[in-house]
Amino acid sequence: MGDATLSRVNDTRDLRERLAVLRGPDVAPRAMDARALAALAANPGCRRRALMDAAGVDKGAVAQALGSPAPFGQSQFAFARGHAFEARVKAEGYAELLRLLHAEQSEAAVPDLSAPGPEGRVARTRIALEEATAAGRWALLDHPLLKLDVAGSPAYLEPDAVAVRPDGSWMVVEVKSFPILDGSADSVKVGAAARQAAVYVLALERLGVGQPSHEVLLVCPKDFSNLPTAQLVDVRKQLSVTRRQLARLTRIEEIAAALPDGTTFDPRQADEGRLHEAVESVPAAYAPECLATCELAFHCRDRARGCGAVETLGRGVRGELGSLTTVEQVLAAALGEAGDPADPAVDALRRAAELRAEALQCR
Amino acid sequence: MSLISTLARAEAVAAGRAAPMATVRHRHLARQPMVLVPLTTAGEVGAPLGALVGTVREEPRLLVVPQPRDRDLRFAFLAELAGAVLPYLESYADEVEIEPATRAREEAEVCADAPQLIVPNSAAVAYVRLLGRSTRFRRTAEEDPDTPFPVPARVPLLGRWLTHYGERARTPGSSLLLAMTDLLTRHWATGQSNLEDQHLGALLAWIDPPDGMTGPSAARRAESARGADGLLLCPPAGPATDPAFDNTRLAPAMKRYDAARDSAAEQAIRELVASQLRPTWDAVWHGLDLLDALPSGGHVEERWKRDRWSYTGHRDRVRAGEPPQPRRDDAIAAAAKLAGRETAQVRLEAGEALDDPLVMAGRRLAGEAFAGEVAEVEMAYSEGKIPKPRPLVTVLTGDRPHLDPDGKLFRALPGGKTQGGVFAGWAGPGAAVVRLVNGMGRGREPEPGSVPEKGDRVCWTLFEHAPRGGAELPDPEDTPWTHGGPPATAGADGPDPVTPEDVL
Repeated sequence: MGDATLSRVNDTRDLRERLAVLRGPDVAPRAMDARALAALAANPGCRRRALMDAAGVDKGAVAQALGSPAPFGQSQFAFARGHAFEARVKAEGYAELLRLLHAEQSEAAVPDLSAPGPEGRVARTRIALEEATAAGRWALLDHPLLKLDVAGSPAYLEPDAVAVRPDGSWMVVEVKSFPILDGSADSVKVGAAARQAAVYVLALERLGVGQPSHEVLLVCPKDFSNLPTAQLVDVRKQLSVTRRQLARLTRIEEIAAALPDGTTFDPRQADEGRLHEAVESVPAAYAPECLATCELAFHCRDRARGCGAVETLGRGVRGELGSLTTVEQVLAAALGEAGDPADPAVDALRRAAELRAEALQCR
Repeated sequence: MSLISTLARAEAVAAGRAAPMATVRHRHLARQPMVLVPLTTAGEVGAPLGALVGTVREEPRLLVVPQPRDRDLRFAFLAELAGAVLPYLESYADEVEIEPATRAREEAEVCADAPQLIVPNSAAVAYVRLLGRSTRFRRTAEEDPDTPFPVPARVPLLGRWLTHYGERARTPGSSLLLAMTDLLTRHWATGQSNLEDQHLGALLAWIDPPDGMTGPSAARRAESARGADGLLLCPPAGPATDPAFDNTRLAPAMKRYDAARDSAAEQAIRELVASQLRPTWDAVWHGLDLLDALPSGGHVEERWKRDRWSYTGHRDRVRAGEPPQPRRDDAIAAAAKLAGRETAQVRLEAGEALDDPLVMAGRRLAGEAFAGEVAEVEMAYSEGKIPKPRPLVTVLTGDRPHLDPDGKLFRALPGGKTQGGVFAGWAGPGAAVVRLVNGMGRGREPEPGSVPEKGDRVCWTLFEHAPRGGAELPDPEDTPWTHGGPPATAGADGPDPVTPEDVL
């Protein structure tokens, strides 16, 4: 074993230990799933989220301890419905799923993927994929487990299913319980599903042993019924975005190395003040979009508002304001109290303020 | 977001409450609108949980589905909803005005007023559309005695009306079906983002915070404050419910109902659902009060008239026994709809700017209009056999309009008419010369008052005031097959296939 390899092994172990300390010694890590990865890829500048997700920190518990609990949860009705629909899709030996794959005439192999521990399941999945590809016939992998390296730490991903076609290509199957109504579905939900599926395709690509299709099969209820219907969704765009954003993520060890010693995100170890300090020691990139995807969003929003950051008014706002980054600066520039008049953003703001004042006056 | 609205949001942050985005009300508010607050079951598309509906603030009618997965209970809810909504929608059908014939069309009757539906947010508008879609193809036992799972009478008719209202809501500036969040964000800018403005409680908190509270703190409270029971003090405006409410209250109550199926268990669910609906109901009426305080914009009546035409048109289609609206528009209908919406959009933008100096300020900032004082008027005449007045007006302005040589300009005259002009060049920095080309009468001398005088304040726009839209589309019969015509002879869409476990 060469020195470089040895030091890499040590680094990995160090990082793992470091992350365990951040999470808290007897806290079970939360798995980083595709949904979290897709959210991270949507906001790659957020080191706070990257680090806490990599360390498997329960962000919901942290937010609760900080007094800004997460704004969302899942209704058990939606949960039950999602499960019932997936069960229906996979019922009777995957009959519906095979029909949607146009493979109802063929026999499909359904390899057993159970194994102890995530690494075992990942290995089992890999072997099953290789065998099925070599066999040259249909195979369905029900809830396989894939591994993806995210900023230097592993994330385990579990797609609903992966189909192996007789030509050896692989297709990710994503089962969702929102309907396809008259041939179209809610674009926001389809977009989220596509980003999530792109993460699976990426993980399959990184296996390096087969060809995952860049189209995924989205299975949804048809209209108002419980009958499954499916649509191929091209995820090439989401795939390249995810690939680029994941590459842009700062290495987790760099973020972790910048933290003061003894930092921990364990709400049971640190009191509110220390927890607050720990969270603040990692920079965040808040945008209002975080409110829908991150448990810490309310906390970050309070901080961003506290500093008067213009991002709290919308992600696009920064673009038109140039170098002005706080609400205070914007207003000072608009009122002519500060700012360089040669700056086009300052000039436009000043004119906007004059026009607005004139219009409000003649009310 | 435009720069001027970003500035308004920044002002709202500094002031701790919303800043005005309009000086007049740009949407029609009916004298007696019907408010509808729907709730749906999480995860079950189109399985309603309940609704509050009514035209009187103090008397909301509560409709509840104690077990949304039960088809009979769902149909009973829809029948009740039809019983509440259809009499209101139909009560405007018979009072008509006669619209005199014009060159384009014959004499016609148009309903003197139209019913208006107000819902809490844009998700509720989508839900109205979904309810319409899910019910308009249903069959009643009278229509088809063999149909499995017939719906009560009038439910398909309700679906057709809701579909019509849902479709009309896509036309810019229309007011038949309005979302309160859209209404409020049109007239006020909060110190938060567009996304957060979708929360009706938070939005109202910024616009009209309770006594002793600032906008942001009241909004924060509306978004996330929970009582000792763990429930949100201000439940979401729907149609989705708070997951904590679903898990800790609704699910156990439904379990009890499933076991007992008695009126006590049903009453318990009714009270739970009402507790989630009532705050939103009050919020919608609160919003209506705030909007009522604004004076109506000058072009609002004209836009409402188009809504009355739309209502009348649908009334006629229902009366003529036409089938329900198809699942998908054909190419011709889609093209006509798109063209209509594009025209409505430019017309709305022009109308709002003319009605409201604050909107015009945005157009002036964008270089699409300029205002200033008349510095000089020089009389000139056109060349030709009969010379016509073409006076040159010099306007001093601090605005920076994007003027092209010989570009068309428009100005609203006091009587409501529009005068046209042509940009003739810059006489100096900030001194634009406009040649008036019409609106001065037929004589050799312009009519009094039709030419601005030195010292007058004028506002010229680069956009038309009454845009007509693009070229007229051919009749369906004359549309070539390459463009989707002539109309197919295929019959109307049939009902959805039903399965034993369909959810609606």
